[in-house]
Amino acid sequence: MATKTGVEVSIAIADAVKLANADVVAAYPITPQTHIVEHLAELVANGELDAEYIPVESEHSAMSACLGASATGARVFTATAGQGLELMHEVLYVAASMQLPIVMTVANRALSAPLSVWGDHSDVMAVRDTGWVQMFVENGQEAVDNTICAFRIAEDRRVLLPVMVHVDGFYLTHVIEPLTLPEQAEVDKFLPPNDYPLPLWPDKPVAMGDFAPPVIYSEAKKAQEVNLRKAKQPILECWEEFGKQFGRYYHPVESYKTEGAKVLLFTMGSFSETAMTAVDKMRGEGKEIGLVRLRLWRPFPFAELRQAVKNADVLIILDRALSYGGPGGPVASEVKAALYGEAKRPKVVSFIAGLGGRDITVSGFEQIVSRGIELAQKGSEEEYEMFGVRE
Amino acid sequence: MTKPEGEMTWKDIEIGAIVTEPGSGSQYQTGTWRSQRPTYEFNRCIKCGICAIFCPEGCIEENEKGYFVANLYWCKGCGICARECPTKTITMVDEEE
Repeated sequence: MATKTGVEVSIAIADAVKLANADVVAAYPITPQTHIVEHLAELVANGELDAEYIPVESEHSAMSACLGASATGARVFTATAGQGLELMHEVLYVAASMQLPIVMTVANRALSAPLSVWGDHSDVMAVRDTGWVQMFVENGQEAVDNTICAFRIAEDRRVLLPVMVHVDGFYLTHVIEPLTLPEQAEVDKFLPPNDYPLPLWPDKPVAMGDFAPPVIYSEAKKAQEVNLRKAKQPILECWEEFGKQFGRYYHPVESYKTEGAKVLLFTMGSFSETAMTAVDKMRGEGKEIGLVRLRLWRPFPFAELRQAVKNADVLIILDRALSYGGPGGPVASEVKAALYGEAKRPKVVSFIAGLGGRDITVSGFEQIVSRGIELAQKGSEEEYEMFGVRE
Repeated sequence: MTKPEGEMTWKDIEIGAIVTEPGSGSQYQTGTWRSQRPTYEFNRCIKCGICAIFCPEGCIEENEKGYFVANLYWCKGCGICARECPTKTITMVDEEE
């Protein structure tokens, strides 16, 4: 039986990749992802993980090596962050459109300039439309569990897509948390071997990423889009199966103390745990506040989102990324779009905060909620408000 | 490929748009790109085959009489064969509307 131990989350993610028995790891170190790939390199070097570790010269090469490895039917893992994710940007689209089931941890980090190694969601939002399945996690246990789930989702015959697990840089990657690493036999039972249906193999040659003239490109893109949207059901089934076996259940949209709440806070990633503490405090003071957290970012869980917020009057959304010159926080603008056609919908207030490693405390969330209610009542000409910035 | 590309729906696309039929690219008619086509004065032709060697499309075939002729299904009309022909056998002429 697996026991709970204190371990750095990055180390635990690497151990989860070992439990998943990855065949190939191709990665380039970048803060705050470094400890993940460093520990994987150790596991391979000392014989604990029977895998090829490819120390590449850049993130562009890392993802390219992952493509080639995945195309042979290998189980492939990589990890990156911030600028590294940007450097592999063009290859991300190829991984998704060639339907290669690569799993990648993204240790979410701000983007330059000015240089910041600290955490926010700028890197996530820049890869929103790459066609990957993407999910957020809130703590170390969720990172471990969803790394294992990510392989099962990616390699599911009904999915066959790469999966990004978004883990907040430093807030999660560099903290030691009490968590449970499953036993090898448990993971083996949950995660069947990768059986990619059309691998590169001399006896049955195939060509991948071929030329598509105008007569066929639209059909290829439609097929890709339908496939990503249909991936939601296998994702739900994976989380359900994981819950049955391990006792920890995950959902595309998760609600916390939303019963009777007319005002809902909306978050994603590790800040959700601070937000929960803030909700506890405000509930204790008699305020009817709830929290909704987005776990599945792509495919976007439209039905679950609408269900989760349908009884609210005000929805206060915290984004940790800017859409320069755009309609507010990237998640807020998507939530607004998802609710636009609803007959009854909450007033959506967009806040941007937590950029480049700036903390949001419990009292910060309390202030965001009270300011959000104020803005919802009196309205605002601004698309969003940046919280905590010195004026 | 079970159907010509122009008849395939998105449901016919293989996983990851992977191509499983070797050489299927030859079904793609590049001849429609052409604005000029090669014409031949075979009385000057010495059957050397230099045009076929230089053709970037690889679409010049030797016919039953031993002359080298571009297949207009693929010929893009680049004119390299006409330029390289040592006996000026080939002349490029404009395609009419």
